[in-house]
Amino acid sequence: MTTENLTPLWEVFIRPRNGLHHRHVGSLHAADSDMALQAARDVYTRRGEGNSIWVVRSAEISASDPSFAEPMFEPADDKIYRHPTFYDIPDEVGHM
Amino acid sequence: MDAATATQDTAFQAIIELADDCLILGHRLSEWCGHAPVLEEELALANMGLDLLGQARALYAHAGEIEGKGRSEDDLAFLRRERDYRNCLLVERRNGDFAATMLRQLYFSAFMQPFWRAVAASSNDEILRGIAAKAEKEMAYHLRHSGEWVIRMGDGTEESASRMADAVTELHRYTGELFLASPARADAIAAGLLPDPDSLRTEWDRTIASVFAAAHLTIPEVRVPQKGGRDGRHGEDMGHLLAELQFMQRAYPGMSW
Repeated sequence: MTTENLTPLWEVFIRPRNGLHHRHVGSLHAADSDMALQAARDVYTRRGEGNSIWVVRSAEISASDPSFAEPMFEPADDKIYRHPTFYDIPDEVGHM
Repeated sequence: MDAATATQDTAFQAIIELADDCLILGHRLSEWCGHAPVLEEELALANMGLDLLGQARALYAHAGEIEGKGRSEDDLAFLRRERDYRNCLLVERRNGDFAATMLRQLYFSAFMQPFWRAVAASSNDEILRGIAAKAEKEMAYHLRHSGEWVIRMGDGTEESASRMADAVTELHRYTGELFLASPARADAIAAGLLPDPDSLRTEWDRTIASVFAAAHLTIPEVRVPQKGGRDGRHGEDMGHLLAELQFMQRAYPGMSW
């Protein structure tokens, strides 16, 4: 209980390989950013999952309001022209 | 006994000293399993213990080959008597609280990181150089992790600072043994197998001084340095440690899974 209060929560982001993005993998408790990075290494990269770690205080994250989800996201639902699916892509281009 | 055999024997003994340091400290860290103060440290302690266990395995296997009597890493790890273990006293000290465990780890890794670096750079034994290259990176992490904790506890709350100061009082007297060369080690140094531990003293002093300065800790004056592990003379906790470490192989000889 006391550790919960004293040690802040951090969100952990790991980049699995060069060229890929950092992805959110979970969270942990740590006293400061140095300790959070070390804890992230021990908790989330034990099986060679990554070559770079970011940590950010969970309290610093601003999240969208779930009750405002309709105005936020529904307007995009009927705008299919934003998906570039109307083009013929030559085979040589491969996966896009 | 001819000269070649003598060298073989002392090389075996000198490597066993290293392997025993790793095994015993690794076992001590494994005792934290399920008891660590927070989940993050539960994993960190187990990770560090497994690093040391891995180093011990490689060293025992190599020592067994040098000895040439067909003893496996398991035989060497599990089936010797207490007096045959040649680890330094520091690594067998009981875990105490988290402060003592982290300080012990700092003392050990601040020595072992430059030690393995020197082995990797200058040993004439190719297998030892390979073990050292990997172990140096692991020790660099142990040093950083334990150093950060010692700083945070020394420079933390009143209670954490007093516990860390108690740990220093209790453990500092065991650090001198790290820099002593047993007769086997002296032969190994002369043969170009291992570096002289005394040559690493300056770097160790510098590392500890810098951590202690940030942690507001004072390096105590040691009036009676403790040693004896390299001669097989251990503290009273060592028997208890070995009883648990060896139980399975003693109860079910040759078992495996």
